[in-house]
Amino acid sequence: MFRNSYDSDNTTFSPQGKLFQVEYALEAVKQGSAAIGLRSATHAVLLTLKRSTGELATYQKKLIRIDDHVGVAIAGLTSDARVLSNFMRQQAMRSRMTYGRAIPVARIVQSIADRAQTNTQEYGRRPYGVGFLVIGQDETGPHLFEFSPAGTGFEYYAHSIGARNQSAKTYLEKNFDSFEHASLPELINHGLSALHDTLQQDKHLSIANTSMAIIGPSDSSIEDLGISSAAQRGNFRVWENEGVDGLLRAWRRSRGEPEDGPAEETPVAAEEGVEAGQTAPGSEQAPAGAPAGGEDITMEE
Amino acid sequence: MSQHPAMWKQPSTHSSFNDHATFPLAQTQRNSAISHGATQHTQQPLVTGTSVLGIKFDKGVMIAADNLGSYGSLARFRDIQRLHPLGKHTLLGVAGDLSDYQWLKRELDSLLRQEEALSLTDSHPSLSPSNIYDLLANLFYGRRSKMNPVWNAVLVGGWDKNKKESFLAFVDLLGTTYTAPTLATGFGAHLAQPLLREAYEAKAGIDGKGPLLTQEEGEKLLDDCMKVLFYRDARSINKYQVAVITEEGITISDSKSAPTEWSFAEGLRGYGAQTQ
Repeated sequence: MFRNSYDSDNTTFSPQGKLFQVEYALEAVKQGSAAIGLRSATHAVLLTLKRSTGELATYQKKLIRIDDHVGVAIAGLTSDARVLSNFMRQQAMRSRMTYGRAIPVARIVQSIADRAQTNTQEYGRRPYGVGFLVIGQDETGPHLFEFSPAGTGFEYYAHSIGARNQSAKTYLEKNFDSFEHASLPELINHGLSALHDTLQQDKHLSIANTSMAIIGPSDSSIEDLGISSAAQRGNFRVWENEGVDGLLRAWRRSRGEPEDGPAEETPVAAEEGVEAGQTAPGSEQAPAGAPAGGEDITMEE
Repeated sequence: MSQHPAMWKQPSTHSSFNDHATFPLAQTQRNSAISHGATQHTQQPLVTGTSVLGIKFDKGVMIAADNLGSYGSLARFRDIQRLHPLGKHTLLGVAGDLSDYQWLKRELDSLLRQEEALSLTDSHPSLSPSNIYDLLANLFYGRRSKMNPVWNAVLVGGWDKNKKESFLAFVDLLGTTYTAPTLATGFGAHLAQPLLREAYEAKAGIDGKGPLLTQEEGEKLLDDCMKVLFYRDARSINKYQVAVITEEGITISDSKSAPTEWSFAEGLRGYGAQTQ
């Protein structure tokens, strides 16, 4: 049951100076699906890989809006993330109510880091099993922070957490010099390339498994401003499902790949009826109310 | 009890009920049951400061207040500064109870110290004048809702570094808030505010779109108003300070006096001991 005799209580150091329960909590973050964050002089972006627990399940949401100017990507235990993000929302609201000021990003990260730290020092508690990438903007510009269950909240130019994040980190480390002055589309393309590197060999980025969040001025060449007032104001906004389609196409184009993506995900002419029903619900071919393409139902929204 | 300055420290001898209409206040109870044990809130101010004046000028804001702490009608403390800077670009001018003012200073100073310590790690700018004003408005309204008011009327003046514009606003013990290019508390609202507005609108126009007063004009205007207040407000003293808040920061003047003329008093009849 126990890996060693110093891990039954999170407040006891091992002779090597480790807190094993905290290290196991960090392991829980690594089990979560990947999340990537990167930052330019004007924007901060999060990209995540969504997982679904089964054919009939929705893809788990990985991006949480905290306030107009702050949002997080999670990796690890979703329930712990809900508790922490709820706390962050309260902090953000409190600042707006008492001071009429959007809470500085570093302070809101510090507030959850302090909470996590007490869990590593008090008897009878357990560390949080979730890590965050936090993006935000305040009077000092756009920011990217990592929150970890160890109780740290460090700022980064670019960072990745979750499963197979080392591959993404390798990509980010190789390219981060160019992030500072990158445009929003370039920044997103770097992010998607890094996210792509975390995938297993036979998997691909698609509108079903990719979601991203942006903070900073909008770019009408890649964002549909008609459906997002947050984008118009440069606030935290999430693009997923159909909303991420244009961004994925632009990315594939930039890599010289076919815009529609790898063959197994693109509709073949013969199956057009079924696929059209899926990608554009409400089209004439699909009877109203009936799910099209019965064997491949997704339950988004 | 009315919180009008004319009522401050006036004993309510004419009624066997207290003015809060809580319960009949028998004369014998005054010093027994209430004074020990029961929770007490500030029910009237004791040592008080009178009017504070504020005006926007072309490069920022000016706030003036005299140096008197009155104990009832006694001019008890004659060297009290009622202008308090908070950080580099915000300043409070405070009227009303001076012990509540001292408490307020301690609270806000401690908050700003905390902000400053945090900014050492994240370099985030400190609270702006409007942030501090929002906090005060919430604080004052919260306390009056607990029937325990912070017995002050405050002018917040400052310079907003982000918007590059001046800030001037009012909040009082009821949590009442408003803002205007010229402001005054207490008797100043009756005696000085019309003069401030007249001078302001003479240049800027009623819509405030014209040029604002210069610093010299503003200081002259405040000097005139402080003189009027000294002549007509019996809780004032001819010793006051003027604070100037601009983009560069805050300067608070040394105490100064307005030249006054009292020879007309010889001709007054009807007050004091007179032979004819």
